Amino acid sequence: MSKRRVVVTGMGIISPVGNTISEAWENVTAGKSGIRRITRFDASAFTSQIAGEVEGFDVSEYLPVKEARRMDVFIHYGMAAAIQSIKNAGIEDISGLEAERIGVNIGSGIGGLPMIENTDEAYHKGGPRKISPFFIPSTIINMISGNLSIKYGYKGPNLAIVTACTTATHSIGNSARMIEYDDVDIMICGGAESCVTPLAIGGFAAAKALSVSNDNPQTASRPWDLSRDGFVLGEGAGVLVLEEMEHAKSRGATIYAELAGFGMSADAYHMTAPSEDGEGASRCMENALKNARMNPSEIDYVNAHGTSTPLGDIAETIAVKRCFGEHAMKLAVNSTKSMTGHLLGAAGGIEAIFSTLAVYHQISPPTINLENQDAQCDLDYVANEAREMKIEAALSNSFGFGGTNGTLVFRKV
Amino acid sequence: MENVEQRIKKIVAEQLGVKEEEVKNESSFVNDLGADSLDTVELVMALEEEFECEIPDEQAEKINTVQEAIDYVTENAGN
Repeated sequence: MSKRRVVVTGMGIISPVGNTISEAWENVTAGKSGIRRITRFDASAFTSQIAGEVEGFDVSEYLPVKEARRMDVFIHYGMAAAIQSIKNAGIEDISGLEAERIGVNIGSGIGGLPMIENTDEAYHKGGPRKISPFFIPSTIINMISGNLSIKYGYKGPNLAIVTACTTATHSIGNSARMIEYDDVDIMICGGAESCVTPLAIGGFAAAKALSVSNDNPQTASRPWDLSRDGFVLGEGAGVLVLEEMEHAKSRGATIYAELAGFGMSADAYHMTAPSEDGEGASRCMENALKNARMNPSEIDYVNAHGTSTPLGDIAETIAVKRCFGEHAMKLAVNSTKSMTGHLLGAAGGIEAIFSTLAVYHQISPPTINLENQDAQCDLDYVANEAREMKIEAALSNSFGFGGTNGTLVFRKV
Repeated sequence: MENVEQRIKKIVAEQLGVKEEEVKNESSFVNDLGADSLDTVELVMALEEEFECEIPDEQAEKINTVQEAIDYVTENAGN
């Protein structure tokens, strides 16, 4: 039996660099940073006081205010990105489609931490009667998938994957598997995150994971640069509509790219640090290429995990060389996190979108702030200027706490 | 300062996502204003907050219309 092929027919984004696909793509190809000083709370007591916050987002453009009040912000972002992607794919009306063969799989790394923090405070001040009946459904991670199925009547598989910073990549990859496996014809999938809160910033800062370049927010995220000092927290959501290729063609959908392959692996090494020899990450990329039935030399562009941490950037460089051999030096290896910051569970979602658009438009976005390249990071990182180039296929990496890895391969159609 | 009736109607409209003019004294939260069981719990919490009082569960269960809410607050909350 020939493999059922999976294509991208819809995209939606809420991000520090823009709240529509066209705006976000324009900004990342122009090299614009979405990082600024934290405005969500008074961060003056924290070592890290910068983040990629979403600006100009109005949830009432997407949801009735009453419904929105029962959802924490990560659900707002996830719903908004999903609604964009559904409209983009033209599947908001399910008449003529099989509702049982449309599923949703949108995860989050952390979920409703802002509302957990606020409700905890209300409880300590006012006792148990101050806990809202909507507290649980507004904070748990599968509620983007749940609310979306209720809104549109999608009756297929409904789930949410939680794998830290690999969440969205795993969500998208596993959704593609469900289409390949003939469980469904369409999946709405990706990730959402919004935890610019005292506990999240404090927790990542305590783990020494965050940049403390507070005086220069826009240059704080600087993957592969010698002076990088940690990642910058971002927030937002990235959602794709994946569809079986013949299904998409038969309804005349716009096809942006093929999702040709998906790979996973575990480092089995350390809770937060990547394996230094890049073994886990390399094996993950190899698995994705194997699933795509492609050779390493067929990849032109890599949207790297590239978080701007001292160890992670070196480990990924080693992993890319280990997987690609000599071809590694011919790759354009780009980190859009240099502009967006690290969206944790949503990172793989927005980066799947950027990878799809890189294939669709034949452009690699730049890695900004790469002024003094670390000698241990010796690949072509598309420093500071976007590049028009031939991109037959792109690979997108995500690596998460726990040593969990995911890689997607997108191919030009 | 707005009277109790106006304040309650404003809260009901906001909590249940309906227009203030749709909120009549005789309106039932569930039958007329589209509330479900969780909505009514949250509505009672909002009334407690606004009028700085505590509405026991057995009393809260008897508040099903706007007028019943007005009556309860008028009788039991000083402000």
